[in-house]
Amino acid sequence: MNWFLKTFSGSIGRKLLMALTGLFLCTFLIVHLIGNFQLLKQDGGEAFNFYAKFMTSNPIIKTTSYLLYSSIVLHIIVAILITLQNKKSRPQGYVVSKNKSSWASRNMGILGTFILVFIVVHMKDFWAEYHFEDLPMYQLKDGSMVKDLYLEVFGAFKNIYYVGLYVFCMGAVGYHLWHGFESGFQTLGLNHKKYTPWIQSSGKAFSVLIAAAFAFIPLYIYFIA
Amino acid sequence: MILDSKIPDGPIAEKWGKHKFNLKLVNPANKRKYEIIVVGTGLAGASAAASLAELGYKVKAFCFQDSPRRAHSIAAQGGINAAKNYRNDGDSVYRLFYDTVKGGDYRAREANVYRLAEVSRNIIDQCVAQGVPFAREYGGYLDNRSFGGSQVSRTFYARGQTGQQLLLGAYSALSRQIAEGNVTMFTRSEMLDLVMVDGVAQGIVTRNLVTGAIESHAAHAVLLCTGGYGNVFYLSTNAQGSNVTAAWRAHKKGALFANPCFTQIHPTCIPVSGDHQSKLTLMSESLRNDGRVWVPKNEGDKRSPELIPEEERDYFLERKYPSFGNLVPRDVASRNAKEMCDANKGVGASGLAVYLDFSDSVKRNGEPWVKEKYGNLFDMYAQITGENPYKSPMRIYPAVHYTMGGLWVDYNLMTTIKGLYALGECNFSDHGANRLGASALMQGLADGYFVIPYTVGDYLATIGPKPINASHPAFKQAEEDAKAYVNKLLSINGNQTVTHYHRELGKIIWEYCGMARSSEGLNKAKGMIQSLKADFWSNVKVLGEGEELNQSLEKAGRVADFIELGELMIDDALARNESCGGHFRVEYQTEEGEALRNDDDYAYVAAWEFKGDGQAEQLHKEKLVFENVKLTQRSYK
Amino acid sequence: MSGNMNLTLKVWRQKDGKSQGKIVDYQVKGISPDMSFLEMFDVLNEDLIKKGETPISFDHDCREGICGMCSMHINGRPHGPKTGITTCQLHMRSFKDGDTIVVEPWRASAFPVVKDLVVDRSAFDRIIQAGGYISVNTGEAPDANAIPIPKKYADEAFDAATCIGCGACVAACKNASAMLFVSAKVSQLALLPQGDAERKQRVESMVDQMNEEGFGACTNTGACSAECPKEISQVNIARLNREYISAKLTSDNI
Repeated sequence: MNWFLKTFSGSIGRKLLMALTGLFLCTFLIVHLIGNFQLLKQDGGEAFNFYAKFMTSNPIIKTTSYLLYSSIVLHIIVAILITLQNKKSRPQGYVVSKNKSSWASRNMGILGTFILVFIVVHMKDFWAEYHFEDLPMYQLKDGSMVKDLYLEVFGAFKNIYYVGLYVFCMGAVGYHLWHGFESGFQTLGLNHKKYTPWIQSSGKAFSVLIAAAFAFIPLYIYFIA
Repeated sequence: MILDSKIPDGPIAEKWGKHKFNLKLVNPANKRKYEIIVVGTGLAGASAAASLAELGYKVKAFCFQDSPRRAHSIAAQGGINAAKNYRNDGDSVYRLFYDTVKGGDYRAREANVYRLAEVSRNIIDQCVAQGVPFAREYGGYLDNRSFGGSQVSRTFYARGQTGQQLLLGAYSALSRQIAEGNVTMFTRSEMLDLVMVDGVAQGIVTRNLVTGAIESHAAHAVLLCTGGYGNVFYLSTNAQGSNVTAAWRAHKKGALFANPCFTQIHPTCIPVSGDHQSKLTLMSESLRNDGRVWVPKNEGDKRSPELIPEEERDYFLERKYPSFGNLVPRDVASRNAKEMCDANKGVGASGLAVYLDFSDSVKRNGEPWVKEKYGNLFDMYAQITGENPYKSPMRIYPAVHYTMGGLWVDYNLMTTIKGLYALGECNFSDHGANRLGASALMQGLADGYFVIPYTVGDYLATIGPKPINASHPAFKQAEEDAKAYVNKLLSINGNQTVTHYHRELGKIIWEYCGMARSSEGLNKAKGMIQSLKADFWSNVKVLGEGEELNQSLEKAGRVADFIELGELMIDDALARNESCGGHFRVEYQTEEGEALRNDDDYAYVAAWEFKGDGQAEQLHKEKLVFENVKLTQRSYK
Repeated sequence: MSGNMNLTLKVWRQKDGKSQGKIVDYQVKGISPDMSFLEMFDVLNEDLIKKGETPISFDHDCREGICGMCSMHINGRPHGPKTGITTCQLHMRSFKDGDTIVVEPWRASAFPVVKDLVVDRSAFDRIIQAGGYISVNTGEAPDANAIPIPKKYADEAFDAATCIGCGACVAACKNASAMLFVSAKVSQLALLPQGDAERKQRVESMVDQMNEEGFGACTNTGACSAECPKEISQVNIARLNREYISAKLTSDNI
């Protein structure tokens, strides 16, 4: 096996892939959140639909989106490989175990699975609809016609089950980030007594803010808008 | 038998250099044709195995633990001496030599000690190159501290874990040779017998402690690096597994055992808390730098220490030794603590302890200062006793810590059996009747890194690289004997556990052959040990089988050997009608109660020869000649 | 009897590596709070021998927290309920009269059970053999003070070097990962100038060996450091990752 494949099939190499893809996905969350905030503008969907058009037509964004999809896929595949190996490393468990570590850090796989389920539902309802279905059209201020994703999303966020699922999954995202953010830095070897406390607190703040902000939008739409 | 120490001629400073030149060399291409067995992987064993493998010899190393890294050298706290004179404070090879001979109360061989001092400098170089993280100063250079028994700062240290770091250094060198295939490592293996062919050591028989398999291993030379026999006292600072078995079985095959009664009792240990106690824990004697030792003046005063007013306290070391105070040498401090307890002034529930009080130091320097300096020791004390030593004085009591006696070796570290060597604490050679602090690590590594690689080559060159294997009938016989021995232990099926006998043995040795010994007590103890031995072999209960992991069986064999050694210790203590170092015979003391040596009659090494089971051992004497050091009476008044 | 605590012990018993094991209940009486946990086991074993039952095998040696041989998983935690100590340093005053204590061996595929509570940790030795050393033959060393080492690095190297190789990190980790152990040795030698010549080779070989032994991957839960009797820090794992990444990017091993 050549050195490159060997590196990424070893335990540290795999973790490196998890960290790199994970941290990249964190930046995506920010971009996605900026978009979602357009839903809160009381403008009949102008801002949100403009954003949707921009995201699907800008060549740089389009290229980045392929990177994003492959990151998600890689993150999942490597996570499965690591989990299988880790299960194999302890074939017989303890009768009693009081593991001294955070709940989130021990349950990244479960949290990740919830997130995966959410992504699938999310992609089916919005991304697939937008790309492959005939939706009502919306005319942007520049005159161009786009599919009215705003209406679609708004409709979904008026469904209590959907909102419930969405909020629950944002909790999972929060917990996943709670551990994942700082863990990514640690895996990359970035641990220094000057910066690590800062990374840790920003990681915690990031996980809470991201989860809260994402969850706020459907709740706002459902209850207030 | 004439004991030939093979000390080279010439001025002391030139002996080792000249000797190294005179030693025969093995052709580099021939080295791989020689096999060497190393038993034990502590400082001496690991360093010897690694160094010999680096030279090209084929080495087989054995340890009873699950990894060579666990050997009890790892527990040494204080440091390692070396005559580097980095402090420019007047240290030199000669001074280290002088201090060691004097500290040993003039019962060590001058030439060996000088060599030890000489190579001490190379040890530090070697360890630093291996990555041992010694303490350093801000400039990046090595730090030193002073230690008991010397007036210069020559002790190198790695916090309170010097032994651990040095052992891990030697272990890493050993690991490298294992990886290169030059050392074959046998863990969880215990040597049960030495195999001799035509009077020459030719291999060993071992028991695989996991499967119970009895195995033979042949070699051109056998090195015993198996440590000391402090566990003969049952309670000691040694590890649970530390034992005399390898050395004792070699002794029974003809290797003389020297000065068995020279044992060191360390004054600052945590006292025994009950019958359940399995071991004692040492706290660095640096505590005596700032702590004050005292007992109540009144007999049987059981008040808690804070209720005893200043004028009713007896700071006995300060009172008796005004110039050295609490810093008298280990043997003196230990003996005085015992005297106080014997006079019914001991403290704590058992009455077998004295106070080590830091309250003056805390008052003078503040608690943070004390914490900075002794924090880890205070924590350890709190951990074990459940008491807070910042609030109430610590209780301490002496405990067995090191054994100066061991297999007799000549200048080349060869025992009286050709081809059998003893290194480190296992031999008797360098510490006389009392070992100085920070010298045990030095000796183990000196023997392993810098002495044996030269001297064993000389022997191997003499015998030639004839192929060797374990097919000789002597191996078969030794295997049969070992199996029979194991079966015998398993078949007694009596009523008492092995631990019972060990505990009883320990009580006898501690009481009669511990800090103070008398002819009357020793004679009594001899009878007690003989009946204990008889009882052991008729009433011990060892369960399980030989062909499995059987910790009771392992222990049974070790205790059986300790019982026999115990009897020899008594004989040795009885035969030495003087007091010196750790050996204090109450009949021989000065008017002030200090050890009274008899240099005219007892300046010799007592080497004992095994004459058969149940027979008295024969004493051989190696006269000690002092050409460089003037013999004086130690005084610490 | 020297004390008055009565306890129920649930101990893993397994005849040998090939047999099935199970938890067996024992009652111990008259335990003193001053006993160490292992001394309590001594008492139990003495009782068992007198009753003609096979005593429980367990690893132990120095009984002062430095040799790294003792290895019990007590009530769900390696080395028991206290932090910063080994099993041999745990005292019975940490328990109450009437307590039930569950004692299991370390669990990891790389640490197979030998008997009862005894496991085989030779995987650690093989990892060290893969590169946990500085290649210097006896006699080759320059003067010890020839290369000054800043105190900060010497101290950090020491902090890493305090590892006793007990395996509690592996036992504590939900993935049975040996990263803390490996990182301690890699860190010690990477921090010292003497270790520089072999640093790339060392980290690559040691990590390869770690993977080969079947230890799990580190998911940064931190349970290892929390249970480490020598409290070795996660900082070392980050340094190992750094050393590994940089070695992989720049070494000549293809």
